Order: sequence, then C-alpha cells, then structure tokens
Amino acid sequence: MGSIINAQQIVNGLQLGSIYALIALGYTMVYGIVRLINFAHGDFYMLGAYAAYGAFFVFNSFMPISGPLAFIVLVIAMGGGGAIALLANRFAYKPLRYKPKLSSLVTAIGVSMFLEYFFSALPVIGPSPRGFPEIIPKQMYTFLGAEISNYVVIDIAVAAILMISLTFLIQRTALGRAMRAVSQDKDAAKLMGIDVERIISWTFLIGGAFAGAAGLLAGMTYPRIQPYMGILPGLKAFIAAVLGGIGNVPGAVLGAYIMGLAETFANAYNSLLGEGIAFVILILVLLVRPTGILGEKVADKI
Amino acid sequence: MGNLKLPRMLIATAAFWAVVSILNATGILNGYFMIIINRSLIFVILAVSLNLINGITGQFSLGHMGFAAVGAYVSGSITTLIFKLSPDTLAGNGIFVVAIVIGGLAAGFVGFLIGFPSLRLKGDYLAIMTLGFGEIIRTILNNIDAVGGPRGLLGIPKFSNFTVIVAFAFLTIAILRNLVQSSHGRAMLSIRENELAAELAGVDTTRYKVLGFIIGAFFAGVAGGLLAHLLQIAHPTQYGFYASALVLIMVYAGGMGSLTGSVIAAFTLTFLTEGLRVGIDWLKDTVGLPVGTEWTMVIYAILLILIMLFRTEGLMGMREAKILIIAEETK
Repeated sequence: MGSIINAQQIVNGLQLGSIYALIALGYTMVYGIVRLINFAHGDFYMLGAYAAYGAFFVFNSFMPISGPLAFIVLVIAMGGGGAIALLANRFAYKPLRYKPKLSSLVTAIGVSMFLEYFFSALPVIGPSPRGFPEIIPKQMYTFLGAEISNYVVIDIAVAAILMISLTFLIQRTALGRAMRAVSQDKDAAKLMGIDVERIISWTFLIGGAFAGAAGLLAGMTYPRIQPYMGILPGLKAFIAAVLGGIGNVPGAVLGAYIMGLAETFANAYNSLLGEGIAFVILILVLLVRPTGILGEKVADKI
Repeated sequence: MGNLKLPRMLIATAAFWAVVSILNATGILNGYFMIIINRSLIFVILAVSLNLINGITGQFSLGHMGFAAVGAYVSGSITTLIFKLSPDTLAGNGIFVVAIVIGGLAAGFVGFLIGFPSLRLKGDYLAIMTLGFGEIIRTILNNIDAVGGPRGLLGIPKFSNFTVIVAFAFLTIAILRNLVQSSHGRAMLSIRENELAAELAGVDTTRYKVLGFIIGAFFAGVAGGLLAHLLQIAHPTQYGFYASALVLIMVYAGGMGSLTGSVIAAFTLTFLTEGLRVGIDWLKDTVGLPVGTEWTMVIYAILLILIMLFRTEGLMGMREAKILIIAEETK
C-alpha cells in the first residue's frame, strides 16, 4: 500500500481535487437553481484554458512574467468562462426554462458539442493539442518526502480563496440570500420580489467563472490544452457533485476532493482502474445513496 | 389474432428493395451510393431502437453506440476469430446471421445490466450513467488484446450486403411497431407520460423500463454487427459518445416516439453527413478555404439546439406513417 498511498499521492490528489472542486461547484450551483445538468460545463472550463492561453501571449508581449501578469490571466480566464456561460444560458437554456426537463438536457448536449467542434473547426485554434506556457516559473520543493511544486500551492490556494469567497457570497450577501431562496422555491422567491432570471444569470456567471479558473489551473498543471479537454474532467466533476449531493455546495467540494484522491490512488495502482474509478464511484453512489453524502432526500410531488 | 399483420409494410419494403436493386444493377446507383444507403439503413435500426428507450419509454440513454459496440465485437469475433468464415458459402451466411443475433443478445444482456440500476434513477442521472457505461465499454475494448485493442478488430468478412441489411431493418421496424402498438407499448408510453401515475394505475414500471433497455440494446447490437460486417472492421473509436449523440439527434429530429420520424431522420442525416463532407472537401480543395470536417458536427450541434428551441417535438411529433399503424391495416 505504501507505494500507492503516500505523501506524494495525497498531494497530487488534493491538487486534482481542487481543480475538480472548482468545476463541480458550477454544476451543483446551476443544478440547485434550475435543476439542469449543464453538460456544457466542462466546455466552459476548456474555454477558460484557451482564454488564459490567448491572454498570456497578448499581455506577455509587453509585460514580463510576473505576479500581476498571472493575475490578469486568471481574471481573463474567469471572464471567458463566465461570459460563455451567460451566453449559453441566454440563448440556449432560458427559452426552454418551462419546457420538459429533458429538452434542456438535450440542448445542453448540443451546446457542448457546438463549443467543442466549433473550437476545433476554427483555424486559429484547431483540433490538435497545444502546450501551455509557464505563466509562473515552476519551482520544486521537498516536503515530508513528497516533491511539491509551487503549482500545487497555487492550485490549492486559488481554489481555496475562490471557495471561501463563494461561501461568503452565498451566506452573507443579498445576492447569496436570493440565490438560496430561488434554489428552495422559485415561485415563492418570485413572489418575494426576487428577479429569478437575474439570479439564474448570476449563477451561470459565477459557475462559468469558476470553471474558467479551473481551466487555467489545469492548463498550468498538466501543460496541454485541446478543444476536447473538458469532457472527462467535466464528467468527473459532475460525478463528484453527485457524490457530495447535487445542489449542495459544501458537498460538491467534499465530493471533488474524494474524487481527486480516489482517482490518484487508483491511477497509481492501475491506469485502467484510474480511468474507470469515477464511474465505479458513480454507480456505487447511485445504488447505495443516490442523494449523495450531504444531499437531502426529495420526495416526488404528486 | 391480428398481431402480425404486415402486408403494407412488407410490400413497401419489397418495393424499396426492388427499386434500389434494379437501379444498382443498371448502374444508376453506383457502389458509392449503395454504401450510403446501407449506412442509412443501419442507422435506421439504431435510431428506431434508441427511440424505444428515449422516445417511447421516456428513459434517457446516451450510450447507445456502446450496445452497438458489444454487438459488433461479439458477432465479429464469432465470424472472424472463431469460425474464420468466408462470405462465399451458404453455411457461412447462415452462421453470420446467427452471429448477428448472438451479438444482439449479448448487447441485450448489457442493456439489462444497465437497465437494472436505472430502476432507481431518473432522467439526468440515467443520462450520465449510460454515458459512463458507453465509455467503460469503449475503455474495456481498448484493452482487450484478443480483439485487437486500440487497433480494432480487423479482417472481418464482408457479409453485410444490401439485401441482408434491408431484411434486418424491416424486421426491426416491424417488431418495434408491433411492440409499441401492443398493450406492452402502451405501458411503456405511460411511463414516459407520467411514471408515478403509471405505477398507481398498475403498470409494472420497473419491468417495462428494463424491458425497453433490453430490446433497444438488442437491436443496437444487431446494427453494430451489421456495421462491422459492412465496414469489415470494428474499432473502439467508432462507438464513442459522438456517434451516440448522432443517433440521439436522429431520434429528436425525427420526433420522440415516432418510428417513422426516426426512419426519415436516419436517411436524411446520413445523406446530409455525406453531402456536407463533399461540400467541405470542395470548399477546402477548390475554393481553398481552411475548413475541416469538424464543421459537420458544428452544423449538427446547431441543428440539435434549433430543433430543441423551435420544434421540440421533432419533425413528426408522435405521428406515424399509415403503413406503420396496425389499426390501419386491420380495417
């Protein structure tokens, strides 16, 4: 076991878990508010990575590699992810809000396919993978027998800062209170004077921005980006959200870290198991506790 | 009595077979067109069988090509690896048909395995689950060396020809038509309309949901077997998520619950795919635009979104062509 579960693997698992957590939060927030599994969410993550890639080269042409440059790149990655989420909501999901749920799901698949193929069809981007630049010079440290790069620290820290800000936003601001109200009961929230559509837009914006940030972190950490890069992390983050209890914000984070660790350990054991562990987890959760670890049971309404 | 009245459908199919065969023999339809027609017919089988799961029973499968992969690999292994058959012999053709059916049964068994957990799942979760299963099947195939692993199963004898494929497509549509318009089909439709109400009215929803998956998967497996024996190769990448999505688009474009719609959409979209490929090649080679085949999928994605936004019920809605309505034939 020592070769599978050791300090190095735990660090790698936490790093992967941080990226999953940022994606899973968007899934779970959107699901909590509009009850839609946004299949295109993984592609918002992809878009964030490409936005960061482009922004780095534009700003690096007149700025040295530095903290402020990295910050600008992060802001643009988040802006890119958020903007595409807003557009998808406005043009694809909003018109279907009161139609049967499955039509929104199919539309989400359509949006996902569109983003992936449109980006690989665009000559400036293309289907082949690109190497991601070192936005911050990489340094290695040794800590408790584990090789830790400064990227690990950055990934975990950025995810933590964003998640703490989100908690503050949800618990302490008027917008957060409105979001909680809409997720509890859309109609009652409307009667209380909440502009439900505005809250939904904010939710997509925040979820998309978090996915964009995850795209940048993943681009830095596993330095390769391509138009289909969002499919698998998107699925795994979704499974993480289900594991934690979909619609539940702390649950998504918990599920994501469990997923990150489980995948890293499974990969160290056997790479085939590493590929399939997410789906094994999904099947187990759905069979044993379909509401997830922190989810609440919702009865069918007659 | 009267459950298997097929005269009009049989006549229509025989007429279609005769016209295409004559056109092919006279050289008006060349081999290239025959390939597209054969592909269209295989997609007809895939689309109507997915329609049984998604359209009629109201479940949601995103891994239909996973079932097709099972059928392709199982039947391909039987004809290629076990018997090393050649298409020239009568016995070979007999074993081929049996192999296709066994491939279908294997896919049906996998459908049972997937349908089983679906007892506890609703729409969205089921979508993810079936998507996951499709990917797992693909990953497993990629790692089995006996069937070629990532290189695919090569050297499959070319048993599938126009006549065989027409016969299987006819049988698929006929069986599904009879099923859908029987009391079992009504039970499946009632699950789609309102599962809770169906259950309260005494429909064994669990049984019919699983049954829908098994039957749909069986025919997908048959289609996969036919495809493998047409292309003479079974390759893991042929059965990925986007192939499944293409079948899904056919079902939604044609109309959820309308077999007629699925047939029309399968033909239209298969020909459209080929037309777009030719068009894109022309733009690239003659006009010199930097366009790739990815644009085909871009157009399909937009098509899917537009159908959902402006015509959610698809081309045919729930309607069927007259030859697919049993009550019309028993008049």
